[in-house]
Amino acid sequence: MASISARRLRKELNEIHAEGCPCGIKLLNADNFETWFFSIEVLGESLYQGEVFKLMFRFDANYPISSPAVQFVVDQNIQAPIHPHVYSNGHICASILGTEWSPVLSVSAICVTLQSMLASSKAKERPVDNDRYVRTAPDNPKKTRFQYDDDTV
Amino acid sequence: MSSDYDYSDEDADYYDDEDEDMMSTEEDGSAPSDDEMDMDDFRIPHRAIRKAYEVEHEPLAQSAVEKLMSADVDHISGIFGVEASTAALLLRYMNWNKERLIEKYMDNASGVSVAAGISLPSRKSLSPSLAGPERSQSASSSARSGGLRRPARQTPAPTPKLEPFVCPICYDDSQTAFSTLSCDHKFCAGCWSAYATSKIRDEGEHAIRCMAEGCALIAPDSFVRTALAEDTATWERFNELLARHFVAFNPSLKYCPYPSCTFTVMCSAAASKSSLTTAVPTVSCGASVNPPHTFCFGCPIEVDHRPVICGVAKMWLRKCRDDSETANWIKSNTKECAKCQSTIEKNGGCNHMTCKKCKHEFCWVCMGPWSEHGTAWYSCNRYDEKAGIDARDAQSKSRASLERYLHYYNRWANHEQSAKLSVELYTKTEKKMEEMQITSDLTWIEVQFMKKAVDEVEKCRMTLKWTYAMSYYLEKSNHKELFEDNQRDLEKAVEDLSELLESPIEMEAISTLRQKVTDKTVRVVIFGLYDYVRRAAGLIDLFVCYMTRCMSRSGMRSC
Repeated sequence: MASISARRLRKELNEIHAEGCPCGIKLLNADNFETWFFSIEVLGESLYQGEVFKLMFRFDANYPISSPAVQFVVDQNIQAPIHPHVYSNGHICASILGTEWSPVLSVSAICVTLQSMLASSKAKERPVDNDRYVRTAPDNPKKTRFQYDDDTV
Repeated sequence: MSSDYDYSDEDADYYDDEDEDMMSTEEDGSAPSDDEMDMDDFRIPHRAIRKAYEVEHEPLAQSAVEKLMSADVDHISGIFGVEASTAALLLRYMNWNKERLIEKYMDNASGVSVAAGISLPSRKSLSPSLAGPERSQSASSSARSGGLRRPARQTPAPTPKLEPFVCPICYDDSQTAFSTLSCDHKFCAGCWSAYATSKIRDEGEHAIRCMAEGCALIAPDSFVRTALAEDTATWERFNELLARHFVAFNPSLKYCPYPSCTFTVMCSAAASKSSLTTAVPTVSCGASVNPPHTFCFGCPIEVDHRPVICGVAKMWLRKCRDDSETANWIKSNTKECAKCQSTIEKNGGCNHMTCKKCKHEFCWVCMGPWSEHGTAWYSCNRYDEKAGIDARDAQSKSRASLERYLHYYNRWANHEQSAKLSVELYTKTEKKMEEMQITSDLTWIEVQFMKKAVDEVEKCRMTLKWTYAMSYYLEKSNHKELFEDNQRDLEKAVEDLSELLESPIEMEAISTLRQKVTDKTVRVVIFGLYDYVRRAAGLIDLFVCYMTRCMSRSGMRSC
């Protein structure tokens, strides 16, 4: 299938294989053009030193015009980071995944952004409305309309 | 009292009108032959002058809205000396507030242009307060200083280049057509088209920003038009979104709320909040449909909630929904056990109460312990003590207010229910009309009187319904009595007509029935509804005073 999304993802995958991921990010699985997994850790001094998280990317046919659905994987082995913009079900409130998405961004650009989001965190805490959100959250974080109210972290 | 005067003036005026109407109908109705009786019977004598309860409004098709929009755009482009597409972007950025735009633009033209997504920020001369939606500049390393008078490039000119250019979005090296806004972020035509389509179709967004990360430029209309190429449906949607944006920020315009209707209504009379306290702006859009798209310009509560004003209609509905009335009921029907505070409803028996929960024995009348009553079995002689009287008064007052509310609410709900059943009545009537055509020699057009009557009943019920909300809030006065007399007349007429419509038809009686239904309809139309609503409009002033007093007393916010 030569849709834009497949061609674009193949190109990104080739780049990742050729040049490698940015520091601290590893490709775990990219068997198809629908769901990719990455491991992510923050290098250097930070609150999350030594912790490894797993990211899931889900692409639809409109990628890269529409943003991918990105979330931290939460299961019995691995948890989402405790961060004011990350809900305990792994959903991430980041403007780059919503209104500020631009088609020129790529998978590795998202990884780097999330890495710096973790690195700049000053307190390990859940978002204030975590319980309320997690109770009613849709499966796909793209269905949520986040309010991006704090761009310092 | 001056308002008294006004009212009687209007009243006299009204009776004059009515007499005229009566005469004209009698003339119409006096034609004895059935054959000559046609739709004229139902024609309400046309008056060129607007009635007191009607608001002036003008339906606008989308093209008319676009004309208004382009008038604003031309005005701005003339003042600033910029191209029309630039003026349009500026206006959209300022939410069509011309005065503010002019003020801001005169103050800091380049800042406004940058914030509106027309030009790129020049490196130094940018005041951060005006930067608005401008995003990080990381990606715009090639940024040229945004010339103030330089509009965004109008047409996406294909730029032939010697070295092969690959679109950074799709990586499709077979693409040949590229275009860019004035920021020089180049993408292929296919990606632009997919991006614009997705923004317009999926997100309903009319501001198409440059696809590059951090670039805040917005594509002018001509660029969008070219990007969409042959996709005229999406282009139309884009124009609709623009019109909606314009309408949304113009207080004297409102979109017709009926599904997929594209008409707009202009109603300057109801543009301000204060005007909604003296008039009920029931308007209809210009779409040629039957029944017409009628709606209230001031609120989304109901299409026609005359004679009550929007704020009161809202308050009434809130009151009906609230369980404040439940609390009211509990207050007036129950007492609390003096010992354990359980709520107790006395539903029969004597005054010697035993609390089910704590077994406390007390007297229902004086609430004192039963043991103190000694031998005065079953008649409390402490009844007349002051405390007892006070308690009883409070309770009966509360009970009276509950009853008053329920009186109006029941009638209101009754008409609401009947209105819901009117769909059924409609289908039933249609069947009856067919039957009539078969069993008698009446033609299709001659049996339309039934349908007209159903329409009229429906309209009247709607008005009647809201009159009950109105009388709930009206203070007791002569006006209110007049109002309620009218209400009763209308109600009677409507019920009579309703009954006629529901009654089974008999062969011989069809012509009599027809005569009767027609008479009743005319009666309702002329005596009832119109005059009625108008009278009510005369009451609104009075009513607002009362409301304001009520609200300030109960500390409610003004609506």
